[in-house]
This record gives sequence, C-alpha cells and structure tokens, in this order.
Amino acid sequence: MDREVNSSRLVASIQKKRREGASFVLDVALDAPPGITILFGPSGAGKSTLLDCLSGLLRPDAGKIAVCESVLFDSALGIDVPPQRRRIAYVFQSLALFPHLTVEQNIAYGLRDIPDQDRRRRMEEILQAFGVENLRKRKPAQISGGERQRTALARSLVTEPRLLLLDEPLTGLDAERKAGLVEDLRAWNAAKRIPILYVTHSREEVDALGERVIAIDHGRVVSHGAPMEVLDAPRRKRLAQAAGFENLLDATVLDLREQDGVMRLRLGESPCEIEVPLAHASAGDRVQVAIRAGDILLASQRPRGLSARNVIEGRMASLEQRGTLCIARVDCGVTFVVHVTPGAVRSLELAAEKPVWLVLKTHSCHLVD
Amino acid sequence: MNSLELSFELAACVAGILLLIGTPVAYWLAYSRWRGKFLLESIVALPLVLPPTVLGFYALLAMGPRGPLGKLWMALFGHGLAFTFSGLVLASVVYSFPFGVQPLIASFEAVDRKLLEASAVLGSGKWETFLRVILPLSLPGVVTAAVLSFAHTLGEFGVVLMVGGDLTGVTRTASIDIYDRVETLEYGQANHLALLLLAIAFAVLCLVYAVNRRVWTPAWTRWTAK
Repeated sequence: MDREVNSSRLVASIQKKRREGASFVLDVALDAPPGITILFGPSGAGKSTLLDCLSGLLRPDAGKIAVCESVLFDSALGIDVPPQRRRIAYVFQSLALFPHLTVEQNIAYGLRDIPDQDRRRRMEEILQAFGVENLRKRKPAQISGGERQRTALARSLVTEPRLLLLDEPLTGLDAERKAGLVEDLRAWNAAKRIPILYVTHSREEVDALGERVIAIDHGRVVSHGAPMEVLDAPRRKRLAQAAGFENLLDATVLDLREQDGVMRLRLGESPCEIEVPLAHASAGDRVQVAIRAGDILLASQRPRGLSARNVIEGRMASLEQRGTLCIARVDCGVTFVVHVTPGAVRSLELAAEKPVWLVLKTHSCHLVD
Repeated sequence: MNSLELSFELAACVAGILLLIGTPVAYWLAYSRWRGKFLLESIVALPLVLPPTVLGFYALLAMGPRGPLGKLWMALFGHGLAFTFSGLVLASVVYSFPFGVQPLIASFEAVDRKLLEASAVLGSGKWETFLRVILPLSLPGVVTAAVLSFAHTLGEFGVVLMVGGDLTGVTRTASIDIYDRVETLEYGQANHLALLLLAIAFAVLCLVYAVNRRVWTPAWTRWTAK
C-alpha cells in the first residue's frame, strides 16, 4: 500500500472536442509527480475541461489516464472507470458543499464504506489538520468563505485520494488566509505525497505555490517548467495578459543596436520611443511588447541621472483605487496602466490631467511574438 | 362509508401512488439529455389541458370488459375494472399526473449540478446521490407534489363520473355527492359539503405556498452555493 502511494504519479494524454463541430479542441499530455503542479492559463483555455476529464465527469474523445500505474481511462482498450471509483478528489471553484449537511457530515460524506473506528480516526485527523474542528455542527451557510474552503478541502482529502484536483479553490481569500491554507495543504501532502493539480489564472498564486507550472492556452500545453521560466518570457498574447502583463502594446521596430543588445521601438502611432532587449526582428517589423503595471515607475517631475533608458512624458488620465492598490492610467499617446501605492498617490499629489513621467527598465519590456 | 371519507381515501391512494411513480419519471425528465424528451413532457402535461370527460371516456373504454385494461384486470383478479374503486384510483392517477410530477421535476432541476458531481467524485453512485443529496434538497417539491395531487384528486368530478359512475360507498366521492344533492334540491347538505371542500382546498394551497416560500423550512434551503 505504502509503495503504491509513493509511486503516485499522474500520466495522462487527453483529446476532447468541447462540442460536436466546435473548433475548440483540448489536446494535452501531462505528467505530474507528487506535489503541487500548477495549471495556468487564461479563462477558456481548457483548464476546467481538463480537470473534468481527469475526474471522469467528462469523457475524453481519445487518450489515456493513469494514476499510480492503474489505468482509469484508455480509449484504445475501452477502459472508462466511473468517477465514483477513480479515487480522485476534485474541489470545484464553487466548492459544492452540501447545504443540508453540517460541516462534519459534509466531510464524512465520502467515508460511508469505512469501518467506524477508522472513520472516527480519520475525521479527527482531518478536522484538526484543516482547523475546522470547532465548526462540526454548523451548516455551510453559517460559516465564512474561508471556512467553507477549508471544509471542502478536508472533505476531499479525508477520502485519501490518489490525485487531488483543485479548480481555483482559493479565490476570494485574502493573502494571509490563502497562505495559511496552502501551508496546511502542503503539510498534509508532505505525509501523503500525491500529485496535486492546481488550476489558477492568478499570477500571484503561481508565485506563491510554484513548484512546477504547466501553461495552457487554446486547449494546448504552451510551456511548462519552473514558474520563472514559464512566465517571464511571455510567448503568447493571451497568456501574457493572464500572467499579469497589464500593458500589451503594438509597436514598430525602428532600429537594432546590436553592440548594446537593444533595439528601439515606436509605440503604436504615438511619438513614444522605447528601448527593449534585442530580439530576432528587423527594422519595420510589427511586434508587441508586454510590460507589467508594477514594473513601471511614476514620477511627478522629469527624472534625471537614472540607469533606466526609457523615460516617457505623459498625462494622468484616470486614477482608481482597489483596496491597497491604485491603478493609474497614463496617456502618453498610448495608454499605460501603472500600479502605485496610495502613499505614492498622496506624496506625488497624483490626479487626473497632472503631467507625469514614466520610467521603464529596458529588461522590464518583454517582446511577445 | 360517506362520500367525504371515500374522497379522502381516493386522494391519499392517488397521492401515494403518484409519489412512487412520479419520482422516477421526474428524475428522468429532469436529468435526461434525450432530444425527444419533449414528447414525454407533453404527455405528462396532457391532463392539464384535456377535458376530464375526454380522459374519462378513454379511461372507461380501456377499462371496460372489452378494453385492454379491463381484460387484464379480469384475468388477474376475476372481476372488471370499470365502476370500481381500483378503476377510480387508476383513472385519477392519470388525471392528477402533472400535479404529482411537475413539482418534482422543478425541484430536481433546481439542485445545483455541481453538488451531484461532488457526490460522484466522493464515491457515491447515482442511486446513493439521489438518496443523500437530491431527495433531501427537494423536500419542498416532494411535499408540494403530494399535497397538490391529493387536493386535485379531491376536487375531480368529470373523470370520476365517467369511470366510477355514482355508487354509494364505492365511487360516490364528495364532489359527486354535492352534485347529487343539488339535483335533489338538498341545498343545505350540498352547502355543507361544498364549504368543507372549499376550506380544505384553501388550507392545502396555504400549505403549498408556505412550504415554497420557506416559511417553516430551515435555513439551509435558503443557502445557495456561490
């Protein structure tokens, strides 16, 4: 039994047309070892369809799914184990807690066929591990969002699954609670060592969880590896937007300066020129450049004596506060989105129409092809 | 047995039978993805728009000594089906079918599909999921179905008259009794029964609306997943 758990690994290849005649096709091959693997991509990329196929809720058109060397689906051999016998846990974004059952009854839902004593032991363990032992008798309607997320995780994990699928289960939690829950999940999995597929389109969650990332777009794996490798050289526009590159600008290559390792671009139809790292391109090429809103500095006077090569003059177009983040839109002929803190807004006295200067490091500008 | 007792017995039998038959039919109608589903839906709703005399007429033909149901009944039990209590129950089940099935369909369909998927990945088959998730969450619908089919049977007239005739203690229900008394100019007696049926109908509808407004139901039925 222990050996089986240790060799836990998901190997899958899946092809699935979303609907008859539809152009969308999910066509992916996955290999996930124990630990957290992040499935990252914009919404509509096929992440949830993939999880539905793995769990057995959706039947792939073709492919093969194996966990712990036991085959759960094989279109060639005609094997299709129904979801209730796959021992794959799946936590939906909506959590799907049973509203008529208490927290305790929810968590015990999957333990019906287990001997009493064993069930009690497992229940105590999981209630403690996820910090919900004080909520036993409450209904889902009577607990907080974070507590519901903990309950849903506990309900799935208490069944000792061979694979855990998480579909954006931490949406809406603040950073601290999120970190706490992820810690509990990691602690639990340190003992069990099962593969966990974690779907998200949040760049922050990738940074926080990242061991391995598989980036998916249009139903295909577009890259995989460590988070930094996958995300910091955006190769595709939609992925770039999903990865938190708020600025995605059309540009024309002006000239290449090979000895400096840079080239100059004109942004859109504006007079703005910026310097970006050298890439395979030639003068006159149309390209796209991706810049994170958090990588742009904002100044209320023309800055001097900087190493940054790109200083662009513009005018504040709008300012919007979201929690502790202020989102500034700056019109420089093209519109830039810049993230600043409320403190910076006060000290720079930022307001609409105010003239400002944007500072961009050359290496914060990523070419997208 | 007086006519009111007979009516109650008939209505209780019909409501009980409808819950038993209606539940699997409603389950299938709520969850099937078959394209021809609308055919069955139409058949289920047919008694809503059909004149009771039409339904009663065909029921009578089917149950008569030369009808298929009548012959079958004769072979099984040694007597005919028309003008018996059993025949009345059978015709009433058909007549009240939409009232027993449609509330169930509505409440089954209202159960969040994600809950059913959650139940499946937690190891429960379809039957277990039905018993542990769908049924408890559909209780207001079950109550509504039972109460409405009971009330509807209590108030039927045309079908009973066609199929049951008017045999005291066997097929003379309260609604027919009222008709008879009016015919024989016993207005006082008729008024007595009529008032009683009015009160019952009102009470029953109050119950249905209260259950569906969640006046008494616990908080969990008001909670829906985000």
